[in-house]
Amino acid sequence: MSEFGSINTLIEASYFVAAILFIFGLKRMSSPVTARGGIIWAGAGMVVATVVTFLFPGMTNYVLMMLAIGLGGILAWVSGKRVAMTDMPQMIALYNGMGGGAAAAIAAVELFGGADHGLTFGVLAVLGGMIGAISFSGSLIAFGKLQGLIRKPMRFKGQQIVNMLILVATVLTAGYLVVEHGANDYVILFFVLALILGITMTLPIGGADMPVVISLYNALTGLAVAFEGFVLQNEAMIIAGTVVGAAGTLLTQLMAKAMNRSLANVLFSGFGEEGGEGSEVSGSMKPIEATDVAVMMAFANKVLIVPGYGMAVAQAQHKVWELTKILLDRGVDVKFAIHPVAGRMPGHMNVLLAEAGVPYDIIYDQDEINPEFPTADVALVIGANDVVNPVARSDPSSPIFGMPILDADRAKNVIVIKRGQGAGFSGIENALFFLDHTRMLYGDGQAMAGALITEIKAI
Amino acid sequence: MIDGFIALYIFMLAAFVGHEVIGRVPAILHTPLMSGSNFVHGIVLVGAMVALGRAETTLELVIGFIGVFLGAGNAVGGYVVTERMLEMFKSSREKNS
Repeated sequence: MSEFGSINTLIEASYFVAAILFIFGLKRMSSPVTARGGIIWAGAGMVVATVVTFLFPGMTNYVLMMLAIGLGGILAWVSGKRVAMTDMPQMIALYNGMGGGAAAAIAAVELFGGADHGLTFGVLAVLGGMIGAISFSGSLIAFGKLQGLIRKPMRFKGQQIVNMLILVATVLTAGYLVVEHGANDYVILFFVLALILGITMTLPIGGADMPVVISLYNALTGLAVAFEGFVLQNEAMIIAGTVVGAAGTLLTQLMAKAMNRSLANVLFSGFGEEGGEGSEVSGSMKPIEATDVAVMMAFANKVLIVPGYGMAVAQAQHKVWELTKILLDRGVDVKFAIHPVAGRMPGHMNVLLAEAGVPYDIIYDQDEINPEFPTADVALVIGANDVVNPVARSDPSSPIFGMPILDADRAKNVIVIKRGQGAGFSGIENALFFLDHTRMLYGDGQAMAGALITEIKAI
Repeated sequence: MIDGFIALYIFMLAAFVGHEVIGRVPAILHTPLMSGSNFVHGIVLVGAMVALGRAETTLELVIGFIGVFLGAGNAVGGYVVTERMLEMFKSSREKNS
């Protein structure tokens, strides 16, 4: 290897620089002020690491390599540029699955080679391959569910026992591969089992829990990359993979906590299978006209807007921002109150509002904004339902009891823009709609926001 | 050669860094940050390139090719969507200027 000495030093040094750029990039991405620079730093790290890898001693197949990079890169570039912001969660799942698949492919090449790396490396190669394969097929299922290709959670009796049996079979095959360096047939069997496990693990999980699952697979892919990094003795993979594994695990926990679900709960049970039906809500919903809402808002001191995924579905965020600007110009204090799970994954609503042009400094987290509801003249709820349902605080028999909510019911007046009278995503009746100081503005989110703009301008 | 306890130390320290870096992230950035960390494990591309570069049999070539294809998709796709999302985050001051 001595004739490659200086090249190896160059490669090692470049990987070191890439690792630093990844860590600083992620650090910068964790604050909205520096976030835009962060991804560029991390991107630079990726370019450095990729380019220098072409210099690796003893490699061939450069044409195939360029072709694969070109194909994968162009497909991902085009799809990434085109995807709508509302579809972002499933796109992240798809790219994440690709990473898991790549890690599994590395393990497969190592295992098919049949080389004896010793016990430790054998275990790491197999473990990384298994996690990568599970992450690959699981992420594809998650993509299919969020994209609406797979509509219903598939559950049957004894499902967890079947999953457990597949897991045991996968681990046994893996053990055999490590100890016996088994024939190629066993390598194929191992990967088929791991891929099936990823599918059967993900199928029973409901769409609402999918963000937590995607985040978990993101962390798992990181771990798989780190393990394969140890096998290939590649420092950049070890460090980047481990950092993502740890960061992704923490992010998964934060998301699960925000949704009031434990990770075990998400993985091993469906939503709505626990808890009771919830008590009946008494009273009536009181409708209101846009003209009256316009007057209330125009002469208010403080208006808090609570957007939900329904607003994004109605494509109303641009109109809502226009409405906000008119109110701000009139001197009304307008703020956006965001529940951690507004949208389809934590932080998704912020992305959708940012797309409409809403600056991030008038957007507030639940913990920051909840103390302000009692001083707000109007809370405007648009397209949100379960996240403002006060039974989560008061009714222990409700399935959503204990979930942290936005205290919209504590505002002096509550206006709810809603299409019809139906219950929310979880099918739970919303007590907020029946309160004495709540008025319902029935109609399409975009049309109603437009009507409010016209009415306020006319005042 | 990274071996034994040195490997464990690297693993431990890198895990700690990952945990610390994300520790105090505001909820508004959860989606872009998940996407950003998703991009970072696109480094798997580098390993897939090495695996393909050393592949000899047809089977190894095919799997190596798939690996590089998927790794490139992870890296490029992860970058594009993260950049698109973060590009939109602006404060009121930046809006007015």
